[in-house]
Amino acid sequence: MNNPGTPLLEMRNIKKNFFGNQVLTDINLTLREGEVIGLVGENGAGKSTLMRILFGADMIRETGGYGGDILINGQKVQFNSPFEAIEAGIGMVHQEFSLIPGFAAKENILLNREPKKPNLASRIFSDRLDTLNQNEIDEGAETAIEKMGVHIDKNMVISDMPVGHKQFTEIARELSKDQLKILILDEPTAVLTEKEAEALLESIRGMAERGIAVIFITHRLQEILAVCDRVVVMRDGYIVNESAAKDTNVKEITRWMVGREIRSETESSKTEDNHADAKTILEIRRLWVDMPGEIVRNVNLDVREGEILGIGGLAGQGKLGIPNGIMGLYEAGGQVRFDGQDIPLNNPRKCLDSSFAFVSEDRRGVGLLLDESLEWNIAFPAMQIQNKFLKEYFGGLIKWRDEKAIEEITKQYIDELAIKCTSSKQKAKELSGGNQQKVCLAKAFALHPKLLFVSEPTRGIDVGAKALVLDALKRFNRENGVTVVMVSSELEELRQTCDRIAIVSGGKIAGILPASESLENFGALMLSQVK
Amino acid sequence: MTEKKGLGALIRQNSVSLMFVVICIICIPISGLSPSYLINEIVTRMGRNAFLILSLLIPIMAGMGLNFGMTLGAMAGEIGLILVSDWQIVGIPGMVLAMIISVPISVLFGLFCGKILNMAKGREMITSYIISYFMNGAYQLVVLYLMGSIIPIKHSSIKLPRGYGVRNTVSLLSMRQKLDNLVAIRFWGIKIPVVTFIIIFLMCLVIVWFRKTKLGQDMRAVGQDMAVARDSGINVERTRIISIVISTVLAGIGMIIYLQNMGNIATYSSHSQIGMFCIAALLVGGASVEKASIGNVFLGIALFHTMFIVAPKAGAVITGDSMIGEYFRVFVSYAVITIALIMYETNKRRAKSAVGAELEKAQLEEESR
Repeated sequence: MNNPGTPLLEMRNIKKNFFGNQVLTDINLTLREGEVIGLVGENGAGKSTLMRILFGADMIRETGGYGGDILINGQKVQFNSPFEAIEAGIGMVHQEFSLIPGFAAKENILLNREPKKPNLASRIFSDRLDTLNQNEIDEGAETAIEKMGVHIDKNMVISDMPVGHKQFTEIARELSKDQLKILILDEPTAVLTEKEAEALLESIRGMAERGIAVIFITHRLQEILAVCDRVVVMRDGYIVNESAAKDTNVKEITRWMVGREIRSETESSKTEDNHADAKTILEIRRLWVDMPGEIVRNVNLDVREGEILGIGGLAGQGKLGIPNGIMGLYEAGGQVRFDGQDIPLNNPRKCLDSSFAFVSEDRRGVGLLLDESLEWNIAFPAMQIQNKFLKEYFGGLIKWRDEKAIEEITKQYIDELAIKCTSSKQKAKELSGGNQQKVCLAKAFALHPKLLFVSEPTRGIDVGAKALVLDALKRFNRENGVTVVMVSSELEELRQTCDRIAIVSGGKIAGILPASESLENFGALMLSQVK
Repeated sequence: MTEKKGLGALIRQNSVSLMFVVICIICIPISGLSPSYLINEIVTRMGRNAFLILSLLIPIMAGMGLNFGMTLGAMAGEIGLILVSDWQIVGIPGMVLAMIISVPISVLFGLFCGKILNMAKGREMITSYIISYFMNGAYQLVVLYLMGSIIPIKHSSIKLPRGYGVRNTVSLLSMRQKLDNLVAIRFWGIKIPVVTFIIIFLMCLVIVWFRKTKLGQDMRAVGQDMAVARDSGINVERTRIISIVISTVLAGIGMIIYLQNMGNIATYSSHSQIGMFCIAALLVGGASVEKASIGNVFLGIALFHTMFIVAPKAGAVITGDSMIGEYFRVFVSYAVITIALIMYETNKRRAKSAVGAELEKAQLEEESR
């Protein structure tokens, strides 16, 4: 369907930065009528941001807009809201469902576009009192479902539906819009069974035949090859490669995605595994965690004493669920044994009593007392859990805070971790992100844990702070013999820091590799069980 | 398995209603009241309260919970009645005029309440409850100080002797049960206020019809998921305000129907507990914070008021003190509302932990394969 002339959609030199952090650079993308392109890339490569720009998301405007031009049928457009994008014929199926749970499929398909009949009251007051035309709603929903080519029950209520049907309801809703020309599907097959995914691919082919252009985002590369005309690979905010789907293969795409192949692969990673014969200190058996968006299923994992174990994987695959579940922040089940002792789940206090410490990925929410001083932030858990920094009077009847000891330890950590602050009495919320992260680490260090969970320690902090944080972790591990479990989305940083890296995919451990393993193998594991 | 679970869930969801059925079954024989007296009382109270309680349904549909702010509508209705009785307009025309006066006041109150509730999303119930206290102060200012001094009040039977302010009780003798008696059929000693019931029936039809309108559909969408509704282009804030305005206006009209049956206004207290009793009755009828039907309204009135009628008698028979009835009335109302609120939260939590249980089950299944 590559007819010459102006393309349906053209994106020219799209740039976007978030507060000085360049996330998209010179993106050029064209899309013709009836064309299906696959957009792939690691998390954080910029796919979602690019689609948000195209869809006129509020969040883009609120963060200072974007650079470059978007042309539809050769006409320059600028969407000030998703509604304008919809009006111009763009439809988007988001990763999170946007459905009313108590409504039937047909009501959701035609939500706020219901066919209506005027009546006496609506003539007097307003057209919002029009009665809904149930027959036409039925018809409209049926037509849309037919267009999609995958059968779903239009009368079924969303909350009773299997998750795949919810996805199809969303797609049918987009198809029911007459003006639809471009459909963006953001990981639509993530929640589908194999059969459903096939049906969807078939449906995408049908849409393309009818002239609808599709942008298909997925981590399942096989699907891209099966249905797309072209593959566009993004990495670190650039389009690194564009190729006809028939000319490439999964391995090649993986390499483009993970990239950095030119650099010698093992230069910065730890090479030897020092703890191969150390005893197993933490045993995780059949762990499940109900952390929304990061569900963990049936995880078995052994951690050796004194090592740094990395947990990596794509976002939403469950890597964050593992520490959060063990530490009792989300509902979990299964067995966790530490040093020969069973650790009860769903009980944060027990974990802390067993000398676990956790540096949460949610710094501001879970990690810090934002309105309190650094001293308080660093000393509080140790004081609360281990009765440190307390002076006892009358044989322990009255406990008094030992302000001096608190100040000393805080100053010690400020020096050690190079925390930039005006004094140890400064409030935590006044620090920059990187320094807040260091305070979180200091807080965990002050507990003198035997096992330290660190979740996304470098998220949202700059390069200099990153190196410091990782160094501090390594030193803490080496000098105190503390076992560290580090969860991170950045493979490169795991490879620099950890002894072994477990990759989580589809809520399960897909495999454990030494840090020196090639990037390609890590990439393959990450995508292995994506669902 | 599922059937057993279904039955358990059914009992749990209707535990409040079932509790009242049990109380009524125990108390009716003890009270020694004749069936015809009992039925007559229930019919009267049905006519008196149904319209008021129906006014609660629309905010529940819009996901705003139980509208304690209906008290505001009740105040508007009272203001209308006070003015009309001062103007000496009697009977049905007086009632109609009072309703006409109450509507714009209710709309203003509703807009005000709706705007505030939009600022307190997710905490509508406690906010509307406190607003009703706050507005009670404004109402007292109007009735106690402005009426007679700025708003002309002529008749000394209404005005306080000091020259301004309204008396504690305003007699509605000229309107007393005029609507109920317009066409009243007596049936084995049971008086049926036909016109009142027709009005209530029409109101039910309007609510059924309303659910099928675009606005009703929007309200249901907003009630279930504000973010999704907003993404689809529904004006969430406006829809929520409209639902509160409609509720307040209906509460104002309902209050006038209620007071014509009572025959007098307790100027400073009639409205203060009406919200609570209406909400309690609705909950007793099996409604919850997020779901209520017309059937809940009538079942609720029947059960709640049967208890009111028989409990004092039964209390007097058992303890020799009839005051126990009034005590019971207030105590039970608060208890019912508390139980409903707790159940709302536990059901939410139960739904949440169900996800975890499902995960565990899926895992076990996988292992056994």
